[in-house]
Parts: sequence; C-alpha cells; structure tokens
Amino acid sequence: MSIDDIKNVAEILLEYLPNTLKLFAWTLVLSVPVGVIVTFLKRCKFKPISWLTNLYILIMRGTPLMLQIIAVYYAVPMLLAGAKRSGTENWFYTLLGKINTRDESYMFIALVVAFVLNYAAYFAEIFRGGIESIPVGQYEAASMLGMKKRQVFFRIILPQVVKRVIPATSNEVIVLVKDTSLANVIAFAEITLKSKQMMNTYSSIIPLFIAGLFYFVMNAVVTVAFAFIEKKFNYYK
Amino acid sequence: MAILEVKNLSKTFGDLKVLKDISFDVNQGEVVAIIGPSGSGKSTLLRCITMLERADGGEINVCGMNMMKTEKDKAVFAPKKILRQIRLKIGLVFQNFNLFPHMSVMQNVIEAPTHVLKQTKKEARANAEKLLLKMGLQEKAKSYPCELSGGQQQRVSIARALALSPEILFFDEPTSALDPELTGEILKVIKELAKEKMTMVIVTHEMAFAREVANHVIFMDGGYIVEEGHPEELFGNSKNERTKQFLQRYNS
Ligand SMILES: Nc1ncnc2c1ncn2[C@@H]1O[C@H](COP(=O)(O)OP(=O)(O)OP(=O)(O)O)[C@@H](O)[C@H]1O
Ligand SMILES: [Mg+2]
Repeated sequence: MSIDDIKNVAEILLEYLPNTLKLFAWTLVLSVPVGVIVTFLKRCKFKPISWLTNLYILIMRGTPLMLQIIAVYYAVPMLLAGAKRSGTENWFYTLLGKINTRDESYMFIALVVAFVLNYAAYFAEIFRGGIESIPVGQYEAASMLGMKKRQVFFRIILPQVVKRVIPATSNEVIVLVKDTSLANVIAFAEITLKSKQMMNTYSSIIPLFIAGLFYFVMNAVVTVAFAFIEKKFNYYK
Repeated sequence: MAILEVKNLSKTFGDLKVLKDISFDVNQGEVVAIIGPSGSGKSTLLRCITMLERADGGEINVCGMNMMKTEKDKAVFAPKKILRQIRLKIGLVFQNFNLFPHMSVMQNVIEAPTHVLKQTKKEARANAEKLLLKMGLQEKAKSYPCELSGGQQQRVSIARALALSPEILFFDEPTSALDPELTGEILKVIKELAKEKMTMVIVTHEMAFAREVANHVIFMDGGYIVEEGHPEELFGNSKNERTKQFLQRYNS
C-alpha cells in the first residue's frame, strides 16, 4: 500500500468513527444509570426480584456479547415470522409488529439495547462491590448521629462508593471501547467493519492496523480522563 | 435524676446468651466505668443501649423516655418518633473512630448539626470551632481524617458526638486502637468532660483511669454484672473472687 492508500483508508475510517463513538457514548450514558438500578434490584429485600436480577446478571456475564447482539437484533423479525407462520395473533405480536425493523435507526437501537443490557450487568456488579466494601462502622456512626436512611446513603455512603468504583469502572470503559467492534457482526458500519472491507479491497492487513490505532488513541483518551477523575478524588484516602 | 435506667436487660445471639439480667442506673453528671474480660458482653451492652443492636428483654429508659420494655416476654420498642428523640440524647464514641473519611474535620463535626438538627452552617461552625478548640484541634479543622494521628481522630470523633449536645455519652474502649503514647491525650479529654459534669459510660481496659475518673464501676463477666460499686471499694477492697482474679491480671 502506498502512502496515498494509507491516507485514503484513514480518511474513510475517520468518516465511520462517529458511528463507533455514537455506540460507545450511548452505551456508556445509559448503562451506568441502568447499572445503578440493577444494583438496587439485586439488593431488594423482596427475594424474587433479587433472584431474577441475579439470573439476568448471570446470563449477561455468562454468555458472549456477540451472541447477545445477534439475538437482540434478530429477535423481533424472527418472532414475527414465527407468529405469521403459525397464524398466532395477540397483543404482544401486534406490539412487536409496530417496530419497523427496516427503519434505518432499528439496527442502532438494537445494538444500544444489547450493549446497555450487557454493560449494565457488569456495572451493577462493580457498584454492588463498592457499596459492600464500605465498613459497617460508617452506617453505625451515621445512625448514631441521627441521620435518616436516605441521608446516610446519599451523604455518607455514595460519595465513598464513587471513589472506590472508579478504577474498576475505568477498566470496563476501556473494554467497551474495544467491544464496539463487535457490532460488525450485524454489519453495523463502524470502523472494524470498514477496515475489514478495505483489507479485502487492498489485499493488505494495514487497514486493520490503522483501525487498531484508532482504538488505541480512543483508549488513551479514556485512560487520561479517568486518571484525571481519580486525581480529583485523591484528597482523601 | 437518672439519665439512664437499665432493668433486667437480656440479649441473645442465636443460642448464645450474651447479656443476662443486667440492671443499673446512671445519674446526671455521673461517670460509670464498665470493666470485664473479653467476651463478657460490654460492647453488646453499649450497643443495645445505643440501639445499634436490638435488646430482646428488659427495659431501657433514657431521660425519662421509655426506649423499650418487655410485655408478655416480648421486647416492645417505643414508636419511631420517641426513638428518634432518644437517639439525639445519646452519643457514642467508637473504638475505631468511624470518622467520615471523605469529609474534613470541620465537615465531620457539623454534618449532624446541619443535617439532623437543621442548624444554620454559621451556627454549627461556631459551635464546632469551640469544640475543636476544647479538643486541641483548632488547627486541624480543614484536615481530612487520613491526615491525623489516631489520637487526633478519636478527639474529632468525640467533638462530633458532642456537637449534638447529648445528655449522655458512651465510650467503647476509646483508647484500645491507639498506640500507648496516644492514650493519654484521650484520657485527658475524658477527664476534662468529667469535670464539666458530662454524664458518661465508659467501657475500658485502663484500670488506673477507671479508678481515677469513675464515680461508679461495674464489673461484668459472662454476661452478668458480677459486682459494682465505688471505685476505691471495687479496686482496693473487693470481696468477690472473680473480681479479684480479674484485677490481679492488671496489677501484675
Ligand atoms: N453480632 C454478633 N453475633 C453473634 N455473636 C456476637 C455478636 N456480637 C457479639 N457476639 C458475641 O457476644 C459475646 C460478647 O461480645 P462483646 O463484644 O459484647 O464482648 P466485650 O465484653 O465487648 O469483649 P471485648 O473486651 O473483647 O471487646 C462474645 O462471645 C461475642 O462473640
Ligand atoms: Mg468490646
């Protein structure tokens, strides 16, 4: 490959980088709050809810994200096709029928759903670990001071949990940057898919190296950002 | 007036009876020391009185308010509202301080006054400054707990408890987590408080200190109060075999 070819590849990848970034950003922004909710569901005193949440976490962490992407993406059309074949009609299928799987945004939404479901499970485990690592003495001291449960959680526990989960969260975000490449399995036009196509066009693996460089730079940014956040919390031990 | 009345208190963990028929009173301005071997139930007693643990029999009254009593063999606790009022009358100083690490010394001390008593920041600060001065920590208001020595941390935790102006202050081995050379500064602070007629109940292994500061000493063993009385009486001239045996280990 000539220098011009390389420049050309880089430019095309740059054109598709926003797709990768969009998937990354939506997943991150949604899976953190969903993860918080999952944490609370798992800690719920009503056992069936806690068990169901556990099962969900087990499945999400126990099966490949790539399979989950495929399953979410094809679930709606497959279910509809099955209902059509057997002639079943009910509110559920009517509702599913309203989803336009040919719509341009359908693929992206399916991807975000799959990624958020998966990442929320990981984040939930990180947050749970963080909450459980706070010594019981903190709760006792706060309750001796007459603080209400809400106050104890939001003023005493949560700020300490945030600090403790930053390193593990940072790891997870770095993995997420790389996991966005799995979206190529359903032909989402992100940089891994495009670099694979150009590998064939040019009969060269250099496009893959260039894509790799993109991920590397993205993770460098993530690493620096988290180092900064960690430093912000360094005012106490 | 009795600030604290404990009658026939009992507590069981699973099959283990940890407190058996404990009764004692603490009057306004009195300093009571509780001594006894490890595992005798001293911490459990304080934890039941401070509501960190639920007693399962007997009666507890604080400042004339009933916290819990026993009806038909079942412990009955007062309504939440009363328990809240009682909660603010009692303070507890922990063995391992339990300061809030993400808050400065000042924030630790004003947290409850501002968020529980709803004092203004200014009011709470002014009071906290006085307390920190008394604890010899006026220069440390902006420091974080991790920047302080154990003795300093314990003094902050005493200031934090005092900031709610409790009627009675409990200490569970306030010096056991400290290096020997730091215990003195805590004992000095407690002596100061005793001089100001602060009502206190102190679990301690510092016998000389208990003898000096307490008006009344309780010796516990195996979940019972084995002997209680004036410190000179109990330390100097106990007739009880178990007490004598226990004290001998400290005097040798
Ligand atoms: N949460 C608990 N669950 C079960 N058993 C407990 C619990 N807390 C205390 N115990 C038991 O109760 C007994 C009394 O414990 P406690 O901590 O009150 O003793 P202590 O007199 O404070 O001892 P030390 O001087 O070592 O602090 C011990 O046998 C202890 O193992
Ligand atoms: Mg103890």
